[in-house]
Amino acid sequence: MGSNLLDVKGLSVAYGKVEAVSKLDLSVPHGSIVTVIGPNGAGKTTTLSAIIGLLPSTGRIVFDGADDRPDVEAMVARGMTLVPEKRELFGSMSIEDNLLLGAFQRCRAGHRDHATTLADVYALFPRLKERRAQAAGTLSGGERQMLAVGRALMAKPKLLMLDEPSLGLAPLIVREIFRIIAELRRRGVSILLVEQNARAALQVADHAYVLENGAVKMQGEAQAIAADPRIVESYLGLASKHQERLAG
Amino acid sequence: MDQTIFVLLAQDGVTNGAIYTLLALALVMVFAVTRIILIPQGEFLAYGGLTMATLEAGSLPGTLWVLLGAGAVAFAMDLATARGGGRRLPGRSLARSAAWNLGYPLALAALLTQLPLAGLPLAAKALLALALVVPLGPMMYRIAFQPVAEAPVLVLLIVAVAVHLAMVGVGLLVFGPEGSRTTPFSDAQFEVGAMQVGGHTLAVIGASLALIVALYLFFDRTLYGKALRATAVNRNGARLMGISPALAGRLTFLLAAFVGALSGLLFAPMTTVYYDSGFLVGLKGFVAAIIGGLGSYPLAAAGAVMVGLLESFSSFWTSAFKDVLVFTLIIPVLLWRSLASHHVEEEE
Repeated sequence: MGSNLLDVKGLSVAYGKVEAVSKLDLSVPHGSIVTVIGPNGAGKTTTLSAIIGLLPSTGRIVFDGADDRPDVEAMVARGMTLVPEKRELFGSMSIEDNLLLGAFQRCRAGHRDHATTLADVYALFPRLKERRAQAAGTLSGGERQMLAVGRALMAKPKLLMLDEPSLGLAPLIVREIFRIIAELRRRGVSILLVEQNARAALQVADHAYVLENGAVKMQGEAQAIAADPRIVESYLGLASKHQERLAG
Repeated sequence: MDQTIFVLLAQDGVTNGAIYTLLALALVMVFAVTRIILIPQGEFLAYGGLTMATLEAGSLPGTLWVLLGAGAVAFAMDLATARGGGRRLPGRSLARSAAWNLGYPLALAALLTQLPLAGLPLAAKALLALALVVPLGPMMYRIAFQPVAEAPVLVLLIVAVAVHLAMVGVGLLVFGPEGSRTTPFSDAQFEVGAMQVGGHTLAVIGASLALIVALYLFFDRTLYGKALRATAVNRNGARLMGISPALAGRLTFLLAAFVGALSGLLFAPMTTVYYDSGFLVGLKGFVAAIIGGLGSYPLAAAGAVMVGLLESFSSFWTSAFKDVLVFTLIIPVLLWRSLASHHVEEEE
């Protein structure tokens, strides 16, 4: 337990009487990539929203040694960031302003290192630097995703949670995004990755959870999960082979 | 109407228009960030003007009691939030709440009782009036709006009406039913061509322009200004950056109260201000904000000048109907807006 950055025990989230996630256990060890895969409506996004505090939930969430349930802003201040499925960019504001706002909580806490962080993010996403004065709303889908990830990195997070980072993106961009995810882990960022693109997610992750109907159906080493015949059949079947051919 | 009267009316219209501009900008800003239609915006103006008048009379302004009371309530609410609900509120933010809601008003009270109020220079009195009225903004947000921040726009509007009525009542209590007029910031008269321009007119227009530039710089250059804009563009996105709606709300109300109180200081030398004068002036700012669709700062400013001019010219021709004409302006504007603009769904 001690070596885990995030420990979730018995997390349940209900929308009215409908339980979207029930008694979910999940851990993210320091410096690892953990992925949660599963079909649409399995409760993946709900799980992330509940962990960061956007949704009310029951159960224990131990993040970075602290076992309480603060609001979203306090979680962000502690080093957890979420790149939501909808990106939630500030469309009418410039790319650079979007990035700077990613460091809002750090600046408020008195850290004055956002210039170097900004240079790091620009080094990771040169395209954002080229367009830094442009409004975020004018970016293409892939660039928007890069901006969303870059903005999250501006907070220098301990845990980066990515919700469907490949959703709606062209295969070439998807590969770029996953390359960056692997690169971030090398830099020591722990990552909790929610994906429908199970094949790509399992390739990059260390550990995987398979979520169905709001409960963990299976979990283990990402490689073992990827080799499991049941997973191959339901998630890595012909459809994704077809996708991979397109991507390749 | 000859040229002299025309110039005089136009000057009057622009001066009033400058005040309406400030109020309209504050309304647009508050609505963008918090979705609240700030009906009590005019009360900040009345409180500002009347506080200044009391200071000029050399007595202790009743605003001080309002500030002490509102601060105590705001702190009690923060304390209750920290204790109950299981929600953790760190000691640091509780200490900050105590400093602002209890410490600051008490310090100001001590200062006011020590100072020889009547003998102070005009600028010092103006600063004291601002120091008394402006903190009421964030306190108002904490007490009335923060608990219902997620409510629909209509609920927020109803709360805003309630706050307005409460503030008018409190205003009657602490300022009394008599109106006051304050000393102009300048008695100088300037000849510009055939035109006589009063020093105070220039002060009003200059101060308004300076404030508009300052607000622009704040929103364009500073991190907190950008944070407020971000909240206006995308509340969820802002929360994920750690910009809490409560922080944004308090900061917006601080600005709105500052703009309102300052416009009160500018307005009070031009006309007699009563405890309930704020509403009518605020409503004219609101008409201007509506002309801008409650979303555009430049259009709101243009609308405010238009309202000011319409008011001053109609007061020449049919003075009994000047308010009627100003408020009737809103009907063609609404018609035009509803025809010209298509309904935009909230951005996802």
